[in-house]
Amino acid sequence: MKLTINGTDHEVDVEPEMPLLWVLRDELGITGPKYGCGVALCGACTVHVDGVAERSCQLAVGDVTGKVTTIEGLGTPDAMHAVQQAWVEHQVAQCGYCQSGQIMSAAALLDLNSEPTDSDIDEALSGNLCRCGTYPRIRIAVHAAAKMLREG
Amino acid sequence: MSRLGTFTRRTFLIGSAAVVGGVAFGTYAAKRPLPNPLLEDLADGEAAITPFVKIDANGITLITPRADMGQGSYSLQAHLIAEELDVGPDKMILSPGLPDAAYYNAAVIEEAAPFPAYDERWLAETVRDLMRVLPKFLGVQITGGSSTTVDSFVRLRVAGAMARETLKEAAAQQAGVARSDLKTEDGHVILPDGSRIGYTSLAVAASAIPPVTDVSLRDPSQWRFLGKDVPRLDMTRKCTGTETYGIDQRMQGLLHATVRANPGMGAPVRSYDATVARTMRGVKKIVPVTNGIGVIADNTWRAFQAADAIEIEWRTPTYPATSEAIFEVLGNSIIAAQRDSRKRDDGDATQALSAGEVIEAEYRIPHLAHAPLEPMNATVLCTPDSCEIWTGTQVPGFVRTHAATLTGLPEEQVLVHVMPMGGSFGSRLEDTHVLQAVELAMAVRGTPVKMTWSREEDMTHDYPRPSQVMRARGKVSGGKVDTMDLDISAPSLTASWLDRMVGPLPMRLPGPDTTIVAGAWDQPFAIPNYRVSGYRAPEMVPVSSWRSVGASGNGFLHDCFLDELIHAAAADPLNERIRLCNHGLSRKVLEKVGEMSGWDGPSMGPDRGRGVGFTLSFGVPTAEVVEVTKTPDGIRIDKVYVAVEVGQVIDPRNLEAQVFGGVIFGLGHAMNCEVTYEDHAPEQTNFHAYEGMRMYQAPQIEIGVLTNSDALRGIGEPPVPPAAPALANAIFAATGQRIRELPLNRHVDFV
Repeated sequence: MKLTINGTDHEVDVEPEMPLLWVLRDELGITGPKYGCGVALCGACTVHVDGVAERSCQLAVGDVTGKVTTIEGLGTPDAMHAVQQAWVEHQVAQCGYCQSGQIMSAAALLDLNSEPTDSDIDEALSGNLCRCGTYPRIRIAVHAAAKMLREG
Repeated sequence: MSRLGTFTRRTFLIGSAAVVGGVAFGTYAAKRPLPNPLLEDLADGEAAITPFVKIDANGITLITPRADMGQGSYSLQAHLIAEELDVGPDKMILSPGLPDAAYYNAAVIEEAAPFPAYDERWLAETVRDLMRVLPKFLGVQITGGSSTTVDSFVRLRVAGAMARETLKEAAAQQAGVARSDLKTEDGHVILPDGSRIGYTSLAVAASAIPPVTDVSLRDPSQWRFLGKDVPRLDMTRKCTGTETYGIDQRMQGLLHATVRANPGMGAPVRSYDATVARTMRGVKKIVPVTNGIGVIADNTWRAFQAADAIEIEWRTPTYPATSEAIFEVLGNSIIAAQRDSRKRDDGDATQALSAGEVIEAEYRIPHLAHAPLEPMNATVLCTPDSCEIWTGTQVPGFVRTHAATLTGLPEEQVLVHVMPMGGSFGSRLEDTHVLQAVELAMAVRGTPVKMTWSREEDMTHDYPRPSQVMRARGKVSGGKVDTMDLDISAPSLTASWLDRMVGPLPMRLPGPDTTIVAGAWDQPFAIPNYRVSGYRAPEMVPVSSWRSVGASGNGFLHDCFLDELIHAAAADPLNERIRLCNHGLSRKVLEKVGEMSGWDGPSMGPDRGRGVGFTLSFGVPTAEVVEVTKTPDGIRIDKVYVAVEVGQVIDPRNLEAQVFGGVIFGLGHAMNCEVTYEDHAPEQTNFHAYEGMRMYQAPQIEIGVLTNSDALRGIGEPPVPPAAPALANAIFAATGQRIRELPLNRHVDFV
């Protein structure tokens, strides 16, 4: 089957019920999306499908019809997305394992809501578990990214 | 003498030896330095200046042997070296190196010394020093016990300074000038005429001269990185999905695997039927491993599916089948015959409790899983004469020894590459998953195998923090706490862990297991009759160290009962703790948190309340005030104030992150986490049943850092223990409900 990931077309030969996460990680070597729980409880696997945040561990690859963006496609170390810049500026990550998912959820939120309140952020990101407890800086960084995007 | 002085004098005499093709340094006080591990595989043109710095024509590699589990230790270690070496840490190659005795951890064992951290008498200091020397001879390269900063602070700066001066000496000889006329800057030696020679082009010359060892360390006023707000070196990678964690390891021909082991920990397989699994797509091999069955496939998900399709009959482990039965054993262990320690026995508790009104309570705390977000995994390539391992581990030396035993190879033929870790909280002090991966790789020699535990396997095969029972008695008189007598029962996590790491011990641990009472016996309070006894329960579920180890539970047990007594005395919770406190640094921390929170008593109006919690652990007095509101939807945590005494601040922004992260970790588990057993197996298998704190529940956290002492302390763990008692005490203040067990959601709902 065909997949478009980060602007590149891929042909994969897998069972349609295989979760997108494992197609990305083990078939295509795209390891930014992480395996944390396998049942959409932690959000570490979050990617965008046509701009909408989705848990790739619970999304059967056969059901993917849109364009997939992973953390690697959002921005790169040399050309970071505003959310990534804000994350670095505010030194959010500790172990960093959940942060791909946090960043993808935050970027999807800011696409829809350019000036989120704390409770908007809570609502959009509470499905992303951080075992290190980086939440205070995530909140600050989302506000900072929103400002950066608003001011272009 | 200050602690820093002690470190410098005793631990860092410099031994050195020139070796053909390079330079060997020991950087510790020993008559015979340990061999420098970097010299064993040096190519021509490379010069290993110390075990912590390697230079070749391509660049400078800084060796950062303490594992990075998310606490920022790679970045910290690199900055310590760079501060003296005069290099931009962001331009260096960082490597954890291969496990070696030269990277022994002196500080981690120090915490196990049988004296409270505030005791600075000669005897206590001497024993702590002795404990610090032990790991060098045991070759313990370990990350834990909030020890990285303490252990590395002088050693890595000395390594950087030695390398710098040796490079200057090489340049001085080349240019025919005196070394004292040279300067260094950004990876270059600067000659008196202003011309610059790169360190990398001096590497070969530096290897041919005796190393300069009489270095002095720069005064803190000259520091450019330390104590400053420097970005973590791994931050950009972690925010762009480009950090390679153990689970992301890729290589040519890699196969993917998983294991299902007996959920009854440590018991073997009775029988299994893999008929269906063998026929499933992508499955390469079904491999029985110790206590379980492994599946090797061409994709992790296919391995998971096939593992689930195997029908397995398990044998029954020997420990009790249920949590209730385990708690019963813990309670029954509070008897004289099982007393393990009575390290606190001030006044006469027996006499004091023989008459008058005695306040009694029983507390219990549950097993807790570490549950780092990256499930345990390891990639292994076995050939007939080598075994190469890539994994995130805190104990690479033990991994190497165990893999050598398992494969029958000499240790030199086992290579352990330590990978960045997606959290640990103590779980990577264990290596069962690594050894399973080795067993799988031995079944397909020549082909690399990555073994990943499913989340369910990870939750059910974690070596948890032990559950504990405390029986407490106390008395108050004249508005003051007069007597506090705590009996705490737990299995020995130290014995359980050592059994896995070094094999069955020939006898009981020499002396008591401090972890049974850590965070309770060693608290800085002058209660007239004050007794803390530890009881060693039999080993049941195998257990291990969980972020802040013994203090993680004892902080709750000690501080909540103290809060009960203070309430019974009708005293103020904060003021009575301050009055009882007999350690100046700790008292200042309590006073500080009072100022920060505007403390004027536990009551904050209808349905609101605040609680204070205090624990001295790992040498760091930490006080926390938690403010809560009782809402129709449950308890809401509004705000937390934290005050810590850390001596010297090396990495201020990261210190702040460790503090609020530790508070959230402590609060989240106190709210809703426990591991309970039914039919010998954990009942919580994923994050729906073990949630911790979520974004919407995270309170505002205000942090006050005190530096009244000259000691240097690690901060990864101390903020955890006082969080649970501060929360429980706040709930009491807001609702009048005294909760004597964790998690608290057994008794109250949270928003």
